[in-house]
Amino acid sequence: MPEINIKAEPIFSVFGLHITNSLFTSIIATVTFLLIAIYYSKQITASKKSGFFYFVHFMFKSINDLFKSILGDNIKFFLPLVLSFFLFILIQNWFGLLPGVGSVTIAIKEYGKIVHVPIFRGGNADLNTTLALALISVVMIQFYGVKFLGFLQYIKKFIDLSNPINFFVGVLEIISEISKVLSFAFRLFGNIFAGEVLLTIVAFLVPVLASFPFIILELFVGFVQALVFAMLTTVFLNGAIAKHH
Amino acid sequence: MDSEGLKALAVALSIGFGTLTPAIAIGMIGSRAMEALGRNPEAESAIRTTMILSIAFAEAVAIYALVVALILKFT
Repeated sequence: MPEINIKAEPIFSVFGLHITNSLFTSIIATVTFLLIAIYYSKQITASKKSGFFYFVHFMFKSINDLFKSILGDNIKFFLPLVLSFFLFILIQNWFGLLPGVGSVTIAIKEYGKIVHVPIFRGGNADLNTTLALALISVVMIQFYGVKFLGFLQYIKKFIDLSNPINFFVGVLEIISEISKVLSFAFRLFGNIFAGEVLLTIVAFLVPVLASFPFIILELFVGFVQALVFAMLTTVFLNGAIAKHH
Repeated sequence: MDSEGLKALAVALSIGFGTLTPAIAIGMIGSRAMEALGRNPEAESAIRTTMILSIAFAEAVAIYALVVALILKFT
């Protein structure tokens, strides 16, 4: 059986900063994301567009229509945020399914003895990545709430001294904002990490062909989790910018 | 029973009980979606999107149990 680690392992360090294998894979995924974005923006002005441009464009259009059904006309403010979440998580999830991720190892020295750790590990299979994404999402929800409603109007949702029941509801709202971070982070991490463990174990039980349906399943799970993350952000944003009375 | 055996039992129990209610929830979501689909078949795409989202939420509860079980098992 291969070693299964809950946390990502550091593979090398730059100026004392440990670069873990998840961070390394995340950087590659980010560069891929950036290249696609640059290519797309170059192609917008080109007279003869490539097939890939139309594929990406079709994806943007479908996502835009899907979120427009929730947000209405506010979509033009929020599309950059939710679309970035969706595409970044999608690329990260699918990057973790490429051959070689988790199986190509490198020898490093840890506590005086040589251990072999994978060079690549899916970015979202590390709790730090998903926690960062969750924090960005929840902080942006608060930011847009303040921006759309004004600071005093928005803070009234949390601190309301008009009567005891409203005060208690405000306390519950604060707790629910904190639990959003945990739920976002653990949902994404759990799904992707469980997928990696499942693929590893299946590959060791039946070495030939049996992994194939599970890889298809993981492709689907990666897509659905990216969609769920973006969709939940959208729904919470919609709740945060709605006027209370 | 030694501590290794207790640990294995804890892993099995946490994932076993943790998946009970999400299984019921996913079954109910599926059955209601089928019912809605039978009533008006033209709303298929909307029903499918909402159904997959709700299933993902219900599944998240099972995933929490799975994370607990994995942490117990591998640390």
